[in-house]
Amino acid sequence: MGTIAEQILQEATGTDVTPGETIKAPVDLAFGHDMTLPPAIDAFERLDVGTVFDPDRTVVIPDHLVPPPDEQSVELYAACEEFANRHDLEFYPQGEQGQEHVVLPEDGYIRPGEIVVGADSHSCTHGALGAYATGVGSTDLAFAMAFGWLWLRVPKTTRIDYTGTPARWVTGKDLVLATLAELGADGAVYHALEFGGSALADLPMDARFSIANMAVEAGAATGLVEPDDRTKRYVRDRVDEADRPCTYYTPTADATYANELTIDCGGLEPQVAVPEQPDNVVSVSTLEDVAIDQVVIGSCTNGRRRDMELAAAVLEDRPVADDVRLIVTPGSQAVKRTCLEEGWLETFLDAGATVESPGCGACFGKRTGVLGEDEVAISTTNRNFPGRMGHPTSAVYLANPAVAAASATTGTITAPGTLAGAAEVS
Amino acid sequence: MGRAHVFGDDIDTDQIIPAQHTTSSEPDHLATHAMAGIDTSFSDRFEEGDIVVAGTNFGCGSSREHAAIALQAVGAEAVVAESFARIFYRNAINIGLPVLHVPTVLDHVDADDELSIDVEDGVVTNTSTDDILVAESLPPFVRHILDSGGLIEYGRSNGHRSQ
Ligand code: SF4
Repeated sequence: MGTIAEQILQEATGTDVTPGETIKAPVDLAFGHDMTLPPAIDAFERLDVGTVFDPDRTVVIPDHLVPPPDEQSVELYAACEEFANRHDLEFYPQGEQGQEHVVLPEDGYIRPGEIVVGADSHSCTHGALGAYATGVGSTDLAFAMAFGWLWLRVPKTTRIDYTGTPARWVTGKDLVLATLAELGADGAVYHALEFGGSALADLPMDARFSIANMAVEAGAATGLVEPDDRTKRYVRDRVDEADRPCTYYTPTADATYANELTIDCGGLEPQVAVPEQPDNVVSVSTLEDVAIDQVVIGSCTNGRRRDMELAAAVLEDRPVADDVRLIVTPGSQAVKRTCLEEGWLETFLDAGATVESPGCGACFGKRTGVLGEDEVAISTTNRNFPGRMGHPTSAVYLANPAVAAASATTGTITAPGTLAGAAEVS
Repeated sequence: MGRAHVFGDDIDTDQIIPAQHTTSSEPDHLATHAMAGIDTSFSDRFEEGDIVVAGTNFGCGSSREHAAIALQAVGAEAVVAESFARIFYRNAINIGLPVLHVPTVLDHVDADDELSIDVEDGVVTNTSTDDILVAESLPPFVRHILDSGGLIEYGRSNGHRSQ
C-alpha cells in the first residue's frame, strides 16, 4: 500500500517499508556505460566474487564515447567489451550502439514494477514505464553486479499532476521544465517523483521518457510515471513476459505524499532553461534576440522517434541559418532507421544538419560538437551547467526539439509557432 | 584538523571534475584536476587533511564517481555541506569519504577557518571561531559501510548473494 515507489520496494523486500529507512533492495537489472563501467570493473575485481550475480540481468552499453574521440576512449570501450565477453553479458557493440536510456526500453529490458539500477544519473528515465529506476555510481554498480542487491534509502514521494490540454509545440520536455521551475534543483533530493494527471494520459511514451529523464534535475532518486494502457501496449510490444510477468503499480488511495504539485498545461508555452541550471526556466517568448552558434537535437532526454518527427516537421523546407551548426543525434540505430524510412533524414540533410551516429553525442562536452569560448548553444539535452558542453565560458539553453529546430533556422532562440507557415504535426 | 575551502550552492560534478578529465579514474590524475571546473588552482592550494565546505545540493549532476574520488585523492578529510545530491552522497560513502550534512554550515564557516572533524560523532568544530556544529546522524547501515572503509570492504566481509 502506498505510492508507486513504496509498493515496488515493499514487494521487492517482502516487508513494509517506511520513507527514510535504509533497505537492502534486490536488483532486477543492472547496467553501465563506457565511462562508469571501467571503474566499476576495478571495484568488481576487488570484491573477488568471480562471477556477476546474473548475466541475463546485466547489460553493458557503451554510448558516451562511441565511436571513440581519443585513444583513452578506445581503451574504455575495450575494457567494457572484455568484461562483457568474460562474463557473458548483454553487450552493445559499436554498430548496434545507441544512447542507453533510449535503447534499453526500446529493446525490452525495462519491466514495470522492477528495480533497475544504472551507473548513470539519468537511469531515472526508465521510471517512465513504472519501474523503480535509479542512478548510482561505479562502486554501487560493482556491488549490485556482484551480489544482486544494493542499499537504498526508501524515498518520500512528491506527486506531480498535469492537467489541461497542452498547446501545439508543448511537449513532455516543456512539462518537465515547468516542473523543475516549481521544484528547484534540490526540491526533491532523495524523493521519488510520481507523475500523473489527465494531461499525462494523452502523452505519447516518448514524451513520458523526457519527463522521467529529468527527475534527477530536481535531485530525485527516481521519477515514476503512473502506468496506463499506453504503457501496457508499449511493454507488450517489446518485453518477453513468458517467465517474468510485469507488475503495473498505481498509487493506492491511502498513499501519502511529502509534497503535491499540480501543473496546468493549458496555459503553458514552450519552456527554455537558461544557463546555468536546469531549473532556471522561462517561457520561450520572454527570450529576445538570443543569438546561438550551435543547436543540438538528441540525447537521453530527446533522442527518440517523436523528437525526430518534431524536428523534421520544423526543418521541412527551412534551411539552417548561416553561421549556425545543427547537430542531430538519433538516440538509437532503430530511431535513425526510422528517420531514414520516414524521410526525416533527407529533411535534416537538406536543411544542412550534421546527422551524428547514435549515442550521447554533444551532450556532455566530450565529443562531436564541443563548444568554444563564449559560444552559445540551444540543446534538447538535460543539463546546462557551466562548461557542460565545452569551454567554461560557453552557455547552453535547454529546450524541446521543435524550439531547437526553429532556432536553428533563424539563428536566435525562436518559438516554432512564430515561423511563417509552421508545419502541422499531429 | 584542516583548513576550510568554501564553495556555494549547486556545485555540480562537472565543476568538481570536468568531463575531459574523466577518461582515467586514477586517483592521482583526478587529484590534480579536483575542482578544476570552478577553480584551477584548487589542487595546488589544497593540503592533505583540509576540508571541503559547501552550500546546498553539493555534487549534483552526473553519477561520475570520479568526483568523490578526486576529493578523496586530493586529501580531503571530509566534505561538509548544507545538503548533498543523492548520487554524490552515495559515492562518497561507498569509497569511504566522510560526508557531513550540516544545514547551516555556511553561516558558521569562512574560507581558511580551521576545522576539526569528529566523523564518529558527526561534530564539526570551527577552531577559528569556537563554533560547534552537529551533523545529521547517519543511518546505522551507512555508518557500517563507512566504518568498514567503504562499500568494497563492506562487501568483502559482509557481501552475500541473497539479502
Ligand atoms: S545523453 Fe547526456 S545526459 Fe544522457 S546519459 Fe548521455 S551524457 Fe548523460
